Amino acid sequence: MRKRVIFSDKGLPYLLLAPQLAITFVFFFWPAGQAIWFSFLRQDAFGIRTTFVGLENFAALLEDPLYLASAWNTAVFSFWVTLVSMAVALGLAVLADRHIRGAGVYKTLLIWPYAIAPAVAAVLWIFIVHPQVGLLGRFLNGIGIAWDYKLDGGQAMLVVIVASAWNQIPYNFLFFLAGLQSIPRSVLEAAAIDGAGPQRRFWTVIFPLLSPTTFFLLVVNIVFAFFGTFGVIDALTKGGPAKATETLIYKAYIDGRVNLDLGSSSAQSVVLMLAVILLTAIQFRYIERKVHY
Amino acid sequence: MHGPIDAARLAAAERAAVRAEAARRRTDIVTHAILALGVVLFALPIWIVLMGSTHDVGTIARGEVPLLPGPHAVENYLTALGEGSARTTRVPVALMMLNSLVMALLITVGKIAISLASAYAVVFFSFPGRMVAFWSIFITLMLPVEVRIFPTFKVVSDLGMINTYGGLIIPLIASATATLLFRQFFLTIPDELVEAAKIDGAGPIRFFKDVVLPLSTTNIAALFVILFVYGWNQYLWPLLVTTSGEVETIVIGIVRMIGSEADTDWNLVMATAVLALLPPVAIVILMQRWFVKGLVETEK
Repeated sequence: MRKRVIFSDKGLPYLLLAPQLAITFVFFFWPAGQAIWFSFLRQDAFGIRTTFVGLENFAALLEDPLYLASAWNTAVFSFWVTLVSMAVALGLAVLADRHIRGAGVYKTLLIWPYAIAPAVAAVLWIFIVHPQVGLLGRFLNGIGIAWDYKLDGGQAMLVVIVASAWNQIPYNFLFFLAGLQSIPRSVLEAAAIDGAGPQRRFWTVIFPLLSPTTFFLLVVNIVFAFFGTFGVIDALTKGGPAKATETLIYKAYIDGRVNLDLGSSSAQSVVLMLAVILLTAIQFRYIERKVHY
Repeated sequence: MHGPIDAARLAAAERAAVRAEAARRRTDIVTHAILALGVVLFALPIWIVLMGSTHDVGTIARGEVPLLPGPHAVENYLTALGEGSARTTRVPVALMMLNSLVMALLITVGKIAISLASAYAVVFFSFPGRMVAFWSIFITLMLPVEVRIFPTFKVVSDLGMINTYGGLIIPLIASATATLLFRQFFLTIPDELVEAAKIDGAGPIRFFKDVVLPLSTTNIAALFVILFVYGWNQYLWPLLVTTSGEVETIVIGIVRMIGSEADTDWNLVMATAVLALLPPVAIVILMQRWFVKGLVETEK
Protein backbone atom coordinates (compact mmCIF):
# COMPACT_ATOMS: atom_id res chain seq x y z
CA MET A 1 0.00 0.00 0.00
CA ARG A 2 1.31 3.37 -0.96
CA LYS A 3 0.28 6.97 -0.55
CA ARG A 4 -0.26 8.89 -3.79
CA VAL A 5 0.45 12.30 -2.34
CA ILE A 6 3.94 12.67 -1.00
CA PHE A 7 6.43 15.34 -0.11
CA SER A 8 9.39 15.81 -2.40
CA ASP A 9 12.18 16.85 -0.04
CA LYS A 10 15.47 15.14 -0.82
CA GLY A 11 17.36 15.21 2.46
CA LEU A 12 14.64 15.25 5.10
CA PRO A 13 13.54 11.59 4.93
CA TYR A 14 17.13 10.44 5.49
CA LEU A 15 17.41 12.79 8.43
CA LEU A 16 14.20 11.39 9.90
CA LEU A 17 15.36 7.81 9.47
CA ALA A 18 18.90 8.42 10.67
CA PRO A 19 18.47 7.80 14.43
CA GLN A 20 16.48 4.59 14.02
CA LEU A 21 18.79 3.22 11.34
CA ALA A 22 21.94 4.20 13.22
CA ILE A 23 20.81 2.32 16.33
CA THR A 24 19.63 -0.60 14.22
CA PHE A 25 23.01 -0.94 12.52
CA VAL A 26 25.23 -0.36 15.55
CA PHE A 27 23.25 -2.41 18.08
CA PHE A 28 21.41 -4.96 15.94
CA PHE A 29 23.14 -5.80 12.68
CA TRP A 30 26.73 -5.28 13.77
CA PRO A 31 26.41 -7.49 16.90
CA ALA A 32 24.33 -10.09 15.09
CA GLY A 33 26.99 -10.22 12.38
CA GLN A 34 29.68 -10.49 15.04
CA ALA A 35 27.83 -13.32 16.75
CA ILE A 36 27.77 -15.24 13.49
CA TRP A 37 31.45 -14.48 12.86
CA PHE A 38 32.59 -15.39 16.40
CA SER A 39 30.61 -18.61 16.25
CA PHE A 40 33.16 -19.81 13.67
CA LEU A 41 36.18 -18.85 15.80
CA ARG A 42 37.88 -20.30 18.80
CA GLN A 43 39.99 -18.35 21.31
CA ASP A 44 42.81 -19.92 23.27
CA ALA A 45 42.67 -19.93 27.05
CA PHE A 46 44.31 -16.52 27.34
CA GLY A 47 42.18 -14.83 24.70
CA ILE A 48 45.30 -13.97 22.65
CA ARG A 49 45.03 -16.17 19.59
CA THR A 50 41.89 -16.82 17.66
CA THR A 51 41.60 -19.46 14.99
CA PHE A 52 38.90 -20.15 12.45
CA VAL A 53 37.31 -23.47 13.28
CA GLY A 54 34.35 -23.62 10.91
CA LEU A 55 31.35 -25.36 12.37
CA GLU A 56 33.29 -26.89 15.24
CA ASN A 57 31.62 -24.72 17.87
CA PHE A 58 28.23 -25.93 16.69
CA ALA A 59 29.36 -29.54 16.56
CA ALA A 60 30.76 -29.18 20.08
CA LEU A 61 27.43 -27.78 21.25
CA LEU A 62 25.45 -30.66 19.84
CA GLU A 63 27.78 -33.15 21.49
CA ASP A 64 27.82 -31.33 24.81
CA PRO A 65 25.53 -33.21 27.21
CA LEU A 66 25.14 -30.03 29.28
CA TYR A 67 23.87 -28.13 26.25
CA LEU A 68 21.49 -30.91 25.32
CA ALA A 69 20.28 -31.01 28.92
CA SER A 70 19.56 -27.29 28.84
CA ALA A 71 17.74 -27.72 25.50
CA TRP A 72 15.60 -30.41 27.14
CA ASN A 73 14.98 -28.18 30.17
CA THR A 74 13.89 -25.41 27.81
CA ALA A 75 11.47 -27.76 26.05
CA VAL A 76 9.90 -29.03 29.28
CA PHE A 77 9.77 -25.57 30.81
CA SER A 78 8.29 -23.90 27.70
CA PHE A 79 5.72 -26.65 27.22
CA TRP A 80 4.34 -26.34 30.75
CA VAL A 81 4.52 -22.55 30.96
CA THR A 82 2.63 -22.25 27.68
CA LEU A 83 0.07 -24.91 28.52
CA VAL A 84 -0.67 -23.74 32.06
CA SER A 85 -0.77 -20.02 31.32
CA MET A 86 -2.94 -20.44 28.23
CA ALA A 87 -5.35 -22.94 29.77
CA VAL A 88 -5.92 -20.91 32.93
CA ALA A 89 -6.23 -17.68 30.95
CA LEU A 90 -8.74 -19.22 28.54
CA GLY A 91 -10.83 -20.56 31.40
CA LEU A 92 -10.91 -17.20 33.15
CA ALA A 93 -11.62 -15.36 29.89
CA VAL A 94 -14.58 -17.60 29.05
CA LEU A 95 -16.05 -16.88 32.49
CA ALA A 96 -15.34 -13.15 32.37
CA ASP A 97 -16.99 -13.01 28.94
CA ARG A 98 -20.31 -14.18 30.42
CA HIS A 99 -22.80 -11.41 31.04
CA ILE A 100 -22.53 -11.24 34.76
CA ARG A 101 -22.47 -8.34 37.12
CA GLY A 102 -19.01 -6.90 37.71
CA ALA A 103 -17.41 -8.40 34.59
CA GLY A 104 -15.47 -5.14 34.08
CA VAL A 105 -14.14 -5.23 37.64
CA TYR A 106 -12.88 -8.79 37.20
CA LYS A 107 -11.20 -7.75 33.98
CA THR A 108 -9.28 -4.96 35.70
CA LEU A 109 -8.38 -7.19 38.65
CA LEU A 110 -7.07 -9.91 36.34
CA ILE A 111 -4.99 -7.85 33.90
CA TRP A 112 -2.97 -5.56 36.14
CA PRO A 113 -0.36 -8.21 37.04
CA TYR A 114 0.75 -7.87 33.42
CA ALA A 115 2.75 -4.87 34.61
CA ILE A 116 4.86 -6.91 37.06
CA ALA A 117 8.37 -7.68 35.82
CA PRO A 118 9.21 -11.41 35.63
CA ALA A 119 12.04 -10.93 38.12
CA VAL A 120 9.72 -9.14 40.57
CA ALA A 121 7.07 -11.84 40.08
CA ALA A 122 9.73 -14.36 41.05
CA VAL A 123 10.53 -12.38 44.20
CA LEU A 124 6.83 -12.40 45.12
CA TRP A 125 6.78 -16.17 44.69
CA ILE A 126 9.77 -16.59 46.98
CA PHE A 127 7.48 -15.60 49.84
CA ILE A 128 5.14 -18.41 48.89
CA VAL A 129 7.48 -21.26 48.06
CA HIS A 130 10.60 -20.60 50.12
CA PRO A 131 11.09 -23.44 52.64
CA GLN A 132 11.79 -21.00 55.50
CA VAL A 133 10.05 -17.72 54.75
CA GLY A 134 7.38 -18.85 52.26
CA LEU A 135 3.76 -19.45 53.19
CA LEU A 136 3.30 -22.68 51.23
CA GLY A 137 6.91 -23.85 51.58
CA ARG A 138 6.73 -23.75 55.36
CA PHE A 139 3.35 -25.40 55.39
CA LEU A 140 4.59 -28.29 53.24
CA ASN A 141 7.59 -28.85 55.47
CA GLY A 142 5.28 -28.59 58.49
CA ILE A 143 3.15 -31.49 57.30
CA GLY A 144 6.21 -33.60 56.65
CA ILE A 145 6.84 -33.11 52.94
CA ALA A 146 10.51 -32.49 52.22
CA TRP A 147 10.15 -29.27 50.25
CA ASP A 148 13.19 -27.25 49.24
CA TYR A 149 13.35 -26.05 45.67
CA LYS A 150 16.97 -25.08 46.24
CA LEU A 151 17.92 -28.72 46.68
CA ASP A 152 15.39 -30.62 44.59
CA GLY A 153 15.64 -30.15 40.82
CA GLY A 154 12.07 -31.25 40.11
CA GLN A 155 10.67 -28.87 42.69
CA ALA A 156 12.84 -26.07 41.29
CA MET A 157 11.43 -26.67 37.80
CA LEU A 158 7.90 -26.68 39.21
CA VAL A 159 8.50 -23.37 40.97
CA VAL A 160 9.91 -21.54 37.93
CA ILE A 161 7.09 -22.92 35.75
CA VAL A 162 4.41 -21.74 38.17
CA ALA A 163 5.94 -18.28 38.66
CA SER A 164 6.42 -17.80 34.90
CA ALA A 165 2.93 -19.01 34.01
CA TRP A 166 1.47 -16.77 36.71
CA ASN A 167 3.27 -13.81 35.19
CA GLN A 168 2.00 -14.57 31.68
CA ILE A 169 -1.67 -15.35 32.46
CA PRO A 170 -2.91 -11.70 32.42
CA TYR A 171 -1.51 -11.18 28.92
CA ASN A 172 -3.15 -14.35 27.58
CA PHE A 173 -6.38 -13.53 29.41
CA LEU A 174 -6.57 -10.14 27.74
CA PHE A 175 -6.12 -11.56 24.25
CA PHE A 176 -8.51 -14.46 24.82
CA LEU A 177 -11.13 -12.06 26.15
CA ALA A 178 -10.71 -9.78 23.12
CA GLY A 179 -10.97 -12.84 20.88
CA LEU A 180 -14.12 -14.08 22.63
CA GLN A 181 -15.76 -10.67 22.45
CA SER A 182 -15.21 -10.53 18.70
CA ILE A 183 -17.24 -13.73 18.15
CA PRO A 184 -20.67 -12.61 16.89
CA ARG A 185 -23.46 -13.32 19.39
CA SER A 186 -25.71 -14.52 16.57
CA VAL A 187 -23.45 -17.50 15.91
CA LEU A 188 -23.65 -18.58 19.53
CA GLU A 189 -27.42 -18.05 19.64
CA ALA A 190 -27.84 -20.14 16.50
CA ALA A 191 -25.87 -22.96 18.11
CA ALA A 192 -27.96 -22.66 21.28
CA ILE A 193 -31.21 -22.82 19.30
CA ASP A 194 -29.93 -25.92 17.54
CA GLY A 195 -29.75 -27.46 21.00
CA ALA A 196 -26.01 -27.36 21.62
CA GLY A 197 -25.24 -27.21 25.35
CA PRO A 198 -22.63 -24.84 26.77
CA GLN A 199 -19.84 -27.44 26.63
CA ARG A 200 -20.61 -28.46 23.09
CA ARG A 201 -20.97 -24.81 22.07
CA PHE A 202 -17.51 -24.15 23.47
CA TRP A 203 -15.70 -26.99 21.74
CA THR A 204 -17.50 -26.93 18.38
CA VAL A 205 -18.11 -23.20 17.90
CA ILE A 206 -16.11 -20.96 20.23
CA PHE A 207 -12.83 -22.83 20.34
CA PRO A 208 -12.44 -23.14 16.54
CA LEU A 209 -13.38 -19.48 16.06
CA LEU A 210 -10.77 -18.59 18.65
CA SER A 211 -8.00 -20.45 16.84
CA PRO A 212 -6.27 -17.37 15.36
CA THR A 213 -5.91 -15.94 18.88
CA THR A 214 -4.81 -19.29 20.26
CA PHE A 215 -2.20 -19.71 17.57
CA PHE A 216 -0.88 -16.19 18.00
CA LEU A 217 -0.63 -16.68 21.76
CA LEU A 218 1.07 -20.02 21.30
CA VAL A 219 3.96 -18.36 19.47
CA VAL A 220 4.11 -15.41 21.86
CA ASN A 221 4.13 -17.72 24.89
CA ILE A 222 6.89 -19.92 23.50
CA VAL A 223 8.98 -16.80 22.83
CA PHE A 224 8.21 -15.59 26.36
CA ALA A 225 9.17 -18.95 27.87
CA PHE A 226 12.41 -19.02 25.86
CA PHE A 227 13.58 -15.47 26.50
CA GLY A 228 11.26 -13.47 28.74
CA THR A 229 11.63 -15.75 31.74
CA PHE A 230 15.32 -15.08 32.26
CA GLY A 231 14.50 -12.85 35.24
CA VAL A 232 12.31 -15.52 36.87
CA ILE A 233 15.05 -18.12 36.68
CA ASP A 234 17.80 -15.73 37.76
CA ALA A 235 15.82 -14.55 40.78
CA LEU A 236 14.51 -17.95 41.91
CA THR A 237 17.03 -20.67 41.11
CA LYS A 238 19.96 -19.21 39.13
CA GLY A 239 19.61 -22.23 36.85
CA GLY A 240 20.12 -24.66 39.74
CA PRO A 241 20.13 -26.87 41.62
CA ALA A 242 22.74 -28.76 39.58
CA LYS A 243 21.58 -26.97 36.40
CA ALA A 244 18.08 -28.45 36.72
CA THR A 245 16.46 -25.18 35.62
CA GLU A 246 19.16 -23.96 33.24
CA THR A 247 17.44 -23.02 29.99
CA LEU A 248 19.18 -22.20 26.72
CA ILE A 249 19.15 -18.48 27.32
CA TYR A 250 20.43 -18.90 30.87
CA LYS A 251 23.25 -21.11 29.69
CA ALA A 252 24.20 -18.62 26.97
CA TYR A 253 24.36 -15.95 29.67
CA ILE A 254 26.49 -18.04 32.01
CA ASP A 255 28.89 -19.17 29.28
CA GLY A 256 29.35 -15.69 27.87
CA ARG A 257 29.27 -13.45 30.90
CA VAL A 258 30.67 -15.69 33.59
CA ASN A 259 32.77 -18.27 31.75
CA LEU A 260 33.76 -15.82 28.97
CA ASP A 261 33.63 -18.57 26.36
CA LEU A 262 33.08 -16.32 23.36
CA GLY A 263 33.00 -18.96 20.62
CA SER A 264 30.52 -21.24 22.35
CA SER A 265 28.38 -18.36 23.59
CA SER A 266 28.23 -16.91 20.07
CA ALA A 267 27.28 -20.27 18.62
CA GLN A 268 24.52 -20.48 21.24
CA SER A 269 23.36 -16.98 20.28
CA VAL A 270 23.20 -18.02 16.65
CA VAL A 271 21.13 -21.10 17.51
CA LEU A 272 18.73 -18.91 19.52
CA MET A 273 18.56 -16.44 16.63
CA LEU A 274 17.56 -19.26 14.30
CA ALA A 275 14.86 -20.28 16.78
CA VAL A 276 13.44 -16.74 16.85
CA ILE A 277 13.57 -16.47 13.05
CA LEU A 278 11.75 -19.76 12.77
CA LEU A 279 9.05 -18.75 15.25
CA THR A 280 8.61 -15.33 13.63
CA ALA A 281 8.45 -16.89 10.18
CA ILE A 282 5.73 -19.30 11.32
CA GLN A 283 3.80 -16.42 12.79
CA PHE A 284 4.08 -14.28 9.66
CA ARG A 285 3.13 -17.13 7.37
CA TYR A 286 0.11 -17.67 9.51
CA ILE A 287 -0.87 -14.00 9.70
CA GLU A 288 -0.46 -13.74 5.93
CA ARG A 289 -2.82 -16.65 5.47
CA LYS A 290 -5.30 -15.05 7.80
CA VAL A 291 -5.15 -11.82 5.79
CA HIS A 292 -5.81 -13.64 2.53
CA TYR A 293 -8.86 -15.44 3.82
CA MET B 1 -61.83 -23.63 23.17
CA HIS B 2 -58.06 -23.58 23.34
CA GLY B 3 -58.07 -21.82 26.67
CA PRO B 4 -57.24 -24.65 29.08
CA ILE B 5 -54.55 -26.10 26.83
CA ASP B 6 -52.88 -22.72 26.49
CA ALA B 7 -53.00 -22.26 30.23
CA ALA B 8 -51.34 -25.62 30.75
CA ARG B 9 -48.71 -24.81 28.17
CA LEU B 10 -48.17 -21.43 29.75
CA ALA B 11 -47.70 -22.98 33.15
CA ALA B 12 -45.22 -25.52 31.73
CA ALA B 13 -43.31 -22.77 29.94
CA GLU B 14 -43.28 -20.75 33.12
CA ARG B 15 -41.94 -23.66 35.13
CA ALA B 16 -39.25 -24.20 32.49
CA ALA B 17 -38.36 -20.54 32.61
CA VAL B 18 -38.09 -20.64 36.39
CA ARG B 19 -35.91 -23.73 36.18
CA ALA B 20 -33.69 -22.08 33.54
CA GLU B 21 -33.46 -18.98 35.69
CA ALA B 22 -32.41 -21.03 38.70
CA ALA B 23 -29.85 -22.92 36.60
CA ARG B 24 -28.52 -19.63 35.25
CA ARG B 25 -28.21 -18.26 38.76
CA ARG B 26 -26.33 -21.36 39.87
CA THR B 27 -23.85 -21.03 36.98
CA ASP B 28 -23.51 -17.34 37.76
CA ILE B 29 -22.54 -18.15 41.33
CA VAL B 30 -19.99 -20.70 40.14
CA THR B 31 -18.66 -18.16 37.62
CA HIS B 32 -18.26 -15.53 40.30
CA ALA B 33 -16.59 -18.03 42.60
CA ILE B 34 -14.02 -19.12 40.03
CA LEU B 35 -13.28 -15.57 38.89
CA ALA B 36 -12.89 -14.49 42.50
CA LEU B 37 -10.48 -17.38 42.99
CA GLY B 38 -8.52 -16.11 39.99
CA VAL B 39 -8.41 -12.63 41.48
CA VAL B 40 -7.15 -14.07 44.78
CA LEU B 41 -4.51 -16.07 42.91
CA PHE B 42 -3.10 -12.80 41.65
CA ALA B 43 -3.73 -10.70 44.72
CA LEU B 44 -2.39 -13.11 47.36
CA PRO B 45 1.34 -12.97 46.48
CA ILE B 46 1.14 -9.19 46.46
CA TRP B 47 -0.86 -9.09 49.69
CA ILE B 48 1.76 -11.23 51.44
CA VAL B 49 4.55 -8.89 50.33
CA LEU B 50 2.54 -5.78 51.18
CA MET B 51 1.82 -7.01 54.70
CA GLY B 52 5.30 -8.44 55.17
CA SER B 53 6.81 -5.07 54.35
CA THR B 54 5.26 -3.70 57.57
CA HIS B 55 6.96 -6.17 59.91
CA ASP B 56 10.51 -6.42 61.20
CA VAL B 57 13.06 -8.73 59.67
CA GLY B 58 12.91 -11.23 62.54
CA THR B 59 9.23 -11.93 62.10
CA ILE B 60 9.71 -12.84 58.45
CA ALA B 61 12.97 -14.73 58.90
CA ARG B 62 11.25 -16.89 61.54
CA GLY B 63 8.78 -17.76 58.80
CA GLU B 64 5.69 -16.34 60.44
CA VAL B 65 4.45 -14.97 57.08
CA PRO B 66 2.17 -12.27 58.49
CA LEU B 67 -1.11 -11.72 56.68
CA LEU B 68 -2.02 -8.60 58.67
CA PRO B 69 -0.23 -5.25 58.89
CA GLY B 70 2.47 -4.76 61.48
CA PRO B 71 3.96 -1.66 63.13
CA HIS B 72 7.16 -1.25 61.08
CA ALA B 73 5.82 0.14 57.79
CA VAL B 74 7.27 3.65 57.96
CA GLU B 75 10.58 2.44 59.28
CA ASN B 76 10.98 -0.28 56.62
CA TYR B 77 10.11 1.93 53.67
CA LEU B 78 12.31 4.78 54.91
CA THR B 79 15.25 2.40 55.43
CA ALA B 80 14.77 0.80 52.02
CA LEU B 81 14.45 4.11 50.22
CA GLY B 82 17.19 5.90 52.10
CA GLU B 83 19.82 3.25 52.80
CA GLY B 84 18.88 0.03 51.06
CA SER B 85 19.80 -3.38 52.39
CA ALA B 86 22.84 -2.81 54.59
CA ARG B 87 23.78 -6.50 54.55
CA THR B 88 23.77 -7.01 50.78
CA THR B 89 23.66 -4.24 48.15
CA ARG B 90 23.90 -1.03 50.20
CA VAL B 91 22.28 0.89 47.34
CA PRO B 92 19.39 3.13 48.42
CA VAL B 93 16.18 1.99 46.73
CA ALA B 94 15.32 5.64 46.01
CA LEU B 95 18.36 5.76 43.72
CA MET B 96 17.35 2.49 42.05
CA MET B 97 13.86 3.87 41.46
CA LEU B 98 15.28 7.05 39.99
CA ASN B 99 17.45 4.97 37.64
CA SER B 100 14.47 2.82 36.65
CA LEU B 101 12.35 5.90 36.07
CA VAL B 102 14.99 7.60 33.93
CA MET B 103 15.53 4.40 31.94
CA ALA B 104 11.83 3.68 31.45
CA LEU B 105 10.97 7.24 30.45
CA LEU B 106 13.90 7.70 28.09
CA ILE B 107 13.27 4.33 26.43
CA THR B 108 9.59 5.20 26.04
CA VAL B 109 10.09 8.72 24.73
CA GLY B 110 13.04 7.64 22.59
CA LYS B 111 11.20 4.74 20.99
CA ILE B 112 8.14 6.84 20.27
CA ALA B 113 10.16 9.75 18.86
CA ILE B 114 12.40 7.80 16.50
CA SER B 115 9.54 5.53 15.43
CA LEU B 116 7.30 8.50 14.62
CA ALA B 117 10.12 10.04 12.59
CA SER B 118 11.00 6.92 10.65
CA ALA B 119 7.39 5.93 9.97
CA TYR B 120 6.73 9.47 8.73
CA ALA B 121 9.72 9.26 6.39
CA VAL B 122 8.69 5.88 5.02
CA VAL B 123 5.05 6.81 4.43
CA PHE B 124 5.10 10.44 3.28
CA PHE B 125 8.28 10.59 1.20
CA SER B 126 9.59 8.89 -1.86
CA PHE B 127 13.35 8.47 -1.95
CA PRO B 128 15.97 5.98 -3.07
CA GLY B 129 16.51 3.26 -0.47
CA ARG B 130 13.07 3.63 1.05
CA MET B 131 12.26 -0.08 0.97
CA VAL B 132 15.73 -1.04 2.20
CA ALA B 133 15.29 1.29 5.17
CA PHE B 134 11.85 -0.11 5.91
CA TRP B 135 13.00 -3.72 5.76
CA SER B 136 16.10 -3.00 7.86
CA ILE B 137 13.83 -1.78 10.62
CA PHE B 138 11.28 -4.52 10.11
CA ILE B 139 13.79 -7.37 10.29
CA THR B 140 14.97 -6.33 13.78
CA LEU B 141 11.79 -8.00 15.02
CA MET B 142 13.77 -11.21 14.61
CA LEU B 143 16.66 -10.04 16.78
CA PRO B 144 15.37 -9.56 20.33
CA VAL B 145 17.97 -8.31 22.77
CA GLU B 146 18.20 -11.73 24.42
CA VAL B 147 19.67 -13.50 21.40
CA ARG B 148 22.36 -10.92 20.76
CA ILE B 149 23.28 -10.11 24.34
CA PHE B 150 26.99 -10.83 24.20
CA PRO B 151 27.89 -9.34 20.87
CA THR B 152 25.78 -6.28 21.76
CA PHE B 153 27.46 -6.13 25.14
CA LYS B 154 30.83 -6.21 23.39
CA VAL B 155 29.83 -3.34 21.08
CA VAL B 156 28.59 -1.32 24.03
CA SER B 157 31.76 -1.96 26.00
CA ASP B 158 33.93 -1.11 22.95
CA LEU B 159 32.07 2.20 22.80
CA GLY B 160 32.83 2.78 26.49
CA MET B 161 29.15 2.81 27.39
CA ILE B 162 29.21 0.29 30.26
CA ASN B 163 27.69 1.72 33.45
CA THR B 164 26.22 4.72 31.67
CA TYR B 165 22.62 5.70 31.07
CA GLY B 166 23.52 5.78 27.38
CA GLY B 167 24.57 2.13 27.37
CA LEU B 168 21.50 1.20 29.37
CA ILE B 169 19.05 3.00 27.11
CA ILE B 170 20.23 3.63 23.55
CA PRO B 171 20.54 -0.01 22.39
CA LEU B 172 16.92 -0.60 23.45
CA ILE B 173 15.47 2.43 21.67
CA ALA B 174 15.13 1.04 18.14
CA SER B 175 11.59 -0.22 17.73
CA ALA B 176 10.20 -2.17 14.82
CA THR B 177 6.81 -2.64 16.48
CA ALA B 178 6.27 1.05 17.18
CA THR B 179 7.43 1.97 13.67
CA LEU B 180 5.05 -0.56 12.14
CA LEU B 181 2.17 0.68 14.27
CA PHE B 182 2.71 4.31 13.26
CA ARG B 183 3.21 3.34 9.61
CA GLN B 184 -0.06 1.43 9.67
CA PHE B 185 -1.81 4.42 11.17
CA PHE B 186 -0.24 6.99 8.81
CA LEU B 187 -1.43 4.97 5.82
CA THR B 188 -5.01 5.58 6.98
CA ILE B 189 -4.59 9.36 6.88
CA PRO B 190 -6.51 10.36 3.74
CA ASP B 191 -4.53 11.68 0.78
CA GLU B 192 -6.93 14.61 0.54
CA LEU B 193 -5.65 15.89 3.86
CA VAL B 194 -2.08 15.91 2.60
CA GLU B 195 -3.16 17.54 -0.64
CA ALA B 196 -5.09 20.26 1.18
CA ALA B 197 -2.11 20.93 3.41
CA LYS B 198 0.18 21.17 0.39
CA ILE B 199 -2.17 23.60 -1.35
CA ASP B 200 -2.20 25.71 1.79
CA GLY B 201 1.55 25.83 1.50
CA ALA B 202 2.38 23.60 4.48
CA GLY B 203 5.73 21.84 4.24
CA PRO B 204 6.39 18.35 5.61
CA ILE B 205 7.44 19.60 9.04
CA ARG B 206 4.41 21.86 9.40
CA PHE B 207 2.12 19.03 8.26
CA PHE B 208 3.67 16.69 10.79
CA LYS B 209 3.29 19.18 13.63
CA ASP B 210 -0.21 20.43 12.81
CA VAL B 211 -1.92 17.35 11.41
CA VAL B 212 -0.08 14.07 11.94
CA LEU B 213 1.00 14.56 15.55
CA PRO B 214 -2.44 15.64 16.86
CA LEU B 215 -4.04 12.71 15.03
CA SER B 216 -1.55 10.28 16.59
CA THR B 217 -2.17 11.14 20.25
CA THR B 218 -4.24 8.03 21.05
CA ASN B 219 -1.63 5.79 19.46
CA ILE B 220 1.11 7.59 21.35
CA ALA B 221 -0.78 7.20 24.65
CA ALA B 222 -1.32 3.50 23.97
CA LEU B 223 2.34 2.95 23.15
CA PHE B 224 3.40 4.99 26.14
CA VAL B 225 1.80 2.51 28.56
CA ILE B 226 3.21 -0.58 26.85
CA LEU B 227 6.68 0.86 26.44
CA PHE B 228 6.90 2.29 29.94
CA VAL B 229 6.13 -1.15 31.37
CA TYR B 230 8.63 -2.68 28.94
CA GLY B 231 11.32 -0.17 29.93
CA TRP B 232 10.75 -0.38 33.68
CA ASN B 233 10.74 -4.19 33.63
CA GLN B 234 13.97 -4.69 31.63
CA TYR B 235 16.17 -7.25 33.32
CA LEU B 236 18.78 -9.02 31.24
CA TRP B 237 20.16 -5.94 29.49
CA PRO B 238 20.66 -3.81 32.64
CA LEU B 239 22.15 -6.87 34.32
CA LEU B 240 24.81 -6.97 31.61
CA VAL B 241 25.67 -3.30 31.26
CA THR B 242 25.53 -2.18 34.87
CA THR B 243 28.15 -3.34 37.32
CA SER B 244 27.97 -0.44 39.75
CA GLY B 245 25.20 0.66 42.08
CA GLU B 246 25.21 4.12 40.51
CA VAL B 247 23.09 3.07 37.55
CA GLU B 248 21.43 -0.02 39.06
CA THR B 249 17.70 -0.32 38.37
CA ILE B 250 15.20 -1.53 40.95
CA VAL B 251 14.36 -4.76 39.13
CA ILE B 252 18.04 -5.71 39.17
CA GLY B 253 18.58 -4.34 42.64
CA ILE B 254 15.83 -6.35 44.28
CA VAL B 255 17.26 -9.64 43.07
CA ARG B 256 20.72 -8.63 44.28
CA MET B 257 19.27 -7.76 47.69
CA ILE B 258 18.47 -11.42 48.27
CA GLY B 259 21.58 -13.06 49.65
CA SER B 260 21.76 -16.22 51.72
CA GLU B 261 18.93 -16.88 54.18
CA ALA B 262 20.95 -15.65 57.14
CA ASP B 263 21.79 -12.22 55.81
CA THR B 264 18.80 -11.17 53.78
CA ASP B 265 16.76 -8.22 55.03
CA TRP B 266 13.49 -9.87 54.05
CA ASN B 267 11.37 -6.96 55.25
CA LEU B 268 13.33 -4.58 53.02
CA VAL B 269 13.13 -6.99 50.08
CA MET B 270 9.35 -6.99 50.53
CA ALA B 271 9.17 -3.20 50.72
CA THR B 272 11.35 -2.98 47.61
CA ALA B 273 9.11 -5.48 45.78
CA VAL B 274 6.14 -3.22 46.48
CA LEU B 275 8.07 -0.17 45.26
CA ALA B 276 9.26 -2.06 42.16
CA LEU B 277 5.80 -3.06 41.00
CA LEU B 278 3.93 0.08 41.98
CA PRO B 279 4.84 2.47 39.10
CA PRO B 280 4.13 0.12 36.14
CA VAL B 281 1.00 -1.29 37.81
CA ALA B 282 -0.29 2.23 38.53
CA ILE B 283 0.23 3.24 34.91
CA VAL B 284 -1.54 0.15 33.60
CA ILE B 285 -4.53 0.66 35.90
CA LEU B 286 -4.81 4.42 35.40
CA MET B 287 -4.42 4.15 31.65
CA GLN B 288 -6.23 0.82 31.21
CA ARG B 289 -8.16 1.90 28.13
CA TRP B 290 -5.01 2.89 26.22
CA PHE B 291 -3.11 -0.06 27.61
CA VAL B 292 -5.58 -2.58 26.17
CA LYS B 293 -5.67 -0.75 22.85
CA GLY B 294 -1.89 -0.50 22.72
CA LEU B 295 -1.34 -4.14 23.56
CA VAL B 296 -3.83 -5.46 21.04
CA GLU B 297 -2.69 -3.12 18.26
CA THR B 298 1.07 -3.48 18.57
CA GLU B 299 0.73 -7.23 18.37
CA LYS B 300 -1.46 -7.25 15.32
